[in-house]
Amino acid sequence: MTAGHTAPITQGADCAPVLRERGQREVFCGLTGIIWLHRKMQDAFFLVVGSRTCAHLLQSAAGVMIFAEPRFATAIMEERDLAGMVDAQDELDRIVEQLLARRPDISTLFLVGSCPSEVIKMDLGKAAQRLGTKYAGRTRILNYSGSGIETTFTEGEDACLACLVPEMPAGEPDAAPELLIVGALPDIVEDQFLRLFAELGIERVHCLPARRASDLPSVGTHTRYLLAQPFLTETALALEDRGAQRLDALFPFGAEGTTDWLRAAANAFGVDEMHFNRVVAPGRERAKRAIEHSRERLAGKRITFLPDSQLEVPLARFLATELGMVPVEVGTPYLHRHHTAKELALLPAATRISEGQDVDKQLDRVRADKPDLTVCGLGLANPLEAEGFSTKWAIELVFSPIHGFEQAGDLAELFARPLRRRDVLEV
Amino acid sequence: MQLSVWTYEGPPHVGAMRVATAMEHMHYVLHAPQGDTYADLLFTMIERRAKRPPVTYTTFQARDLGKDTAQLFQDAARQAVERFQPQAMLVGASCTAELIQDDPAGMAEAMQLPCPVIPLELPSYQRKENWGAAETFYQVVRTLADPSVTPRGEKTALVNILGPAALGFRHRDDVIEIRKILDALGIEVNMVAPLGASPADIARIGAADFNVVLYPEIGDEAARWLEKTFHQPAIRTVPIGVGATREFITAVAALAGVDPAPALGDSGSRMPWWSRSVDSTYLTGKRVFIFGDATHAVAAARIAHEELGFEVCGLGCYNREFARDVRAAAKLYGVEPLITDDHLVVEDAITAAAPELVLGTQMERHIAKRLGLACAVISSPVHVQDFPARHSPQMGFEGANVIFDSWVHPLVMGLEEHLLTMFRDDFEFSDEAGPSHHAAHAPKKAEAHAVVEEPVFAGELWTAEAERELKKIPFFVRGKARRNTEAFAADQGRARIDLDTLYDAKAHYAR
Repeated sequence: MTAGHTAPITQGADCAPVLRERGQREVFCGLTGIIWLHRKMQDAFFLVVGSRTCAHLLQSAAGVMIFAEPRFATAIMEERDLAGMVDAQDELDRIVEQLLARRPDISTLFLVGSCPSEVIKMDLGKAAQRLGTKYAGRTRILNYSGSGIETTFTEGEDACLACLVPEMPAGEPDAAPELLIVGALPDIVEDQFLRLFAELGIERVHCLPARRASDLPSVGTHTRYLLAQPFLTETALALEDRGAQRLDALFPFGAEGTTDWLRAAANAFGVDEMHFNRVVAPGRERAKRAIEHSRERLAGKRITFLPDSQLEVPLARFLATELGMVPVEVGTPYLHRHHTAKELALLPAATRISEGQDVDKQLDRVRADKPDLTVCGLGLANPLEAEGFSTKWAIELVFSPIHGFEQAGDLAELFARPLRRRDVLEV
Repeated sequence: MQLSVWTYEGPPHVGAMRVATAMEHMHYVLHAPQGDTYADLLFTMIERRAKRPPVTYTTFQARDLGKDTAQLFQDAARQAVERFQPQAMLVGASCTAELIQDDPAGMAEAMQLPCPVIPLELPSYQRKENWGAAETFYQVVRTLADPSVTPRGEKTALVNILGPAALGFRHRDDVIEIRKILDALGIEVNMVAPLGASPADIARIGAADFNVVLYPEIGDEAARWLEKTFHQPAIRTVPIGVGATREFITAVAALAGVDPAPALGDSGSRMPWWSRSVDSTYLTGKRVFIFGDATHAVAAARIAHEELGFEVCGLGCYNREFARDVRAAAKLYGVEPLITDDHLVVEDAITAAAPELVLGTQMERHIAKRLGLACAVISSPVHVQDFPARHSPQMGFEGANVIFDSWVHPLVMGLEEHLLTMFRDDFEFSDEAGPSHHAAHAPKKAEAHAVVEEPVFAGELWTAEAERELKKIPFFVRGKARRNTEAFAADQGRARIDLDTLYDAKAHYAR
């Protein structure tokens, strides 16, 4: 079907034209991923090589967390680094030495590229290699880019995980199939999934990232992987390069998404259908019951997503199919057609999918569409509220446990709460 | 390179945003990579502004580099003018755009936009937020001030209030207090700038007879230029504290040629009586460590010393540009000035000074929490709770009231302090309890005072008896007592610290 296609379709936005826009983008850069990645990988340290702006961003995004002896910092470049008065690589060596002396518990150090370090073409890959040799056997030193010019928000996690993939040990050629869950999940969610897979009888299950960055699982042709997050384009490519095979599934949001996601693994590992249903049924039923609390408030309500994390498409699918919401515009910073194909097919045909952003034009569309709820970043939320729009901060969807059966109710509640609050307030 | 977890100031373009956001009908086109829009949320979340900051970012990406970033800038500038129709426009680059050298100033000039364009040169790798705000405000005034408008010189004096900006610590309410004072003196306000001023307003800035610089960090650069160009004198007394407010009123009245009495007689000034009342006697000589921006730190030191009877045991600032003021003040109170933007250095200094109260920024609040010390916030940077809904100025007589309450509140109340000392073995009054109004009975972490109590020497230096006696000293000065005693013992060549050594040391260090 072409972009000009106008025949009525009742379901499936997968073939609809995607509105592609360029202009001012009101989004975070990939450095922000450090905020949750450093909590997940407890033996890793993230050193951003950047400017005062990068440090300022991290502290603004990290809020209060910054004071709990965090495992991230910025090597702030100064005039003398740029003017060539000092060798930036020597400076970096000095900083890394200072850092590792202070934190001997660090087993993996990520040198994270930023816009300034990339524009001056500072070779952090080479630095990681050199320092890696120096600290071999003690600290693994890796490099990825979290710059705004290369990455948008959650793509920082993608870049980080992708740089871990070459470090994963190779599996034996004739090893039994193993399942790999890809994407940083809150520990509680990860544990729930691991329990479910164990009950299903899938024994060899690993996670990327692991809780300790030094405990990397093996990868090879025996690896079947499930993406837990929709923003892992580069990581998926890197895994495929090493022979791993992706299991196509909905993302594990809500009762249906989670069931489909688990089913993809069950099918790949030959789990009996009856057994699958028996294992999954209690969680699935609980999820449906939990969602029901929010359904009354959300059904029929129109929702617009502004681009932020790439979670927009799967979340819109969850809200449309399980809560009866009507997606008006679903904006995403980047649309991976292949990874989200199953999701797109379930979106109502009238949904406007947009990729990229020209923020002022997009806000004009919000004003014209008048959705009941707008999912957007913190820079836009209060201004939209002041114009009379109910909003949901998008960043909370990345920082809260929302995957899986047990979180389905919480996920629905995240969207229902701003609407309920609006009804409750009498001032 | 400098290793940094926490920065007291953002980059200079954030300072420029603070000026643009403070103003009306001004727009800022910022050449910046995708992601730099994070700074918007400082204004929409921390200051809770209901409008987006008037900033258009070019948000270039890697694929734009090397070909059309310049075009991107021009498109963004043109679209911003069409959409927002500002009276004037600021153009500049963030740290990354500074490196790609597109020259926003030159490009904007070539475009011949239908409004004045103010180019900003903000060296991101040398300077910081406050400097960026001051430079931006100076450029705004220099470009927009109409030279044909001169001080009106009428009987009723006309003043400009300079310095209040967006994301300023209590700027909103300080302006209200200063207006009250000027009202009482019968002085008219020409404008407050940048907060609430439009480019059209700035054109008339020369009409005022003199300027009042409330925040030198932001307003002084412009005030100096106005002094030179329009011969407007500037009042630089920052009216934080009762004494400073009185001086401010006297100075303003003198310049305006009016009687200061109506403003000086303000009966809203409760702080002097609160401070003199016997309830406050226990505040005498409390050791206070002060850190913040130079203006607030110096003002706080004076209040602490003259108006609350505290002992200033540390004084510092993070903005090097105003270090001279802090050095001068530190001399007054006999302490080493601390000029640093490294929070770890501040933490070490606080630990060494062993204060009973810390006055600082959000960062010092966290340091104090870690060390188990009382703390109040006196300066930016601050979190959302320090942009309160209620009226909470720092300046003027009401500001002094606010300061008295907010500084004394975190301290253990006087009577409670005695009870803690007398009944220290009683479980309800144990050292761990702290002030009763601060979750006194919540479980405490054992390491709360660990940093303060670290002995200088390891091993069996103290006799058990002396150690027990030491524990009878209130916890907030015990660390200091321990270190003093050990230093004294080392000095005297005593190998053991017994009761006599403890009390000899006490006598030696007696105030």
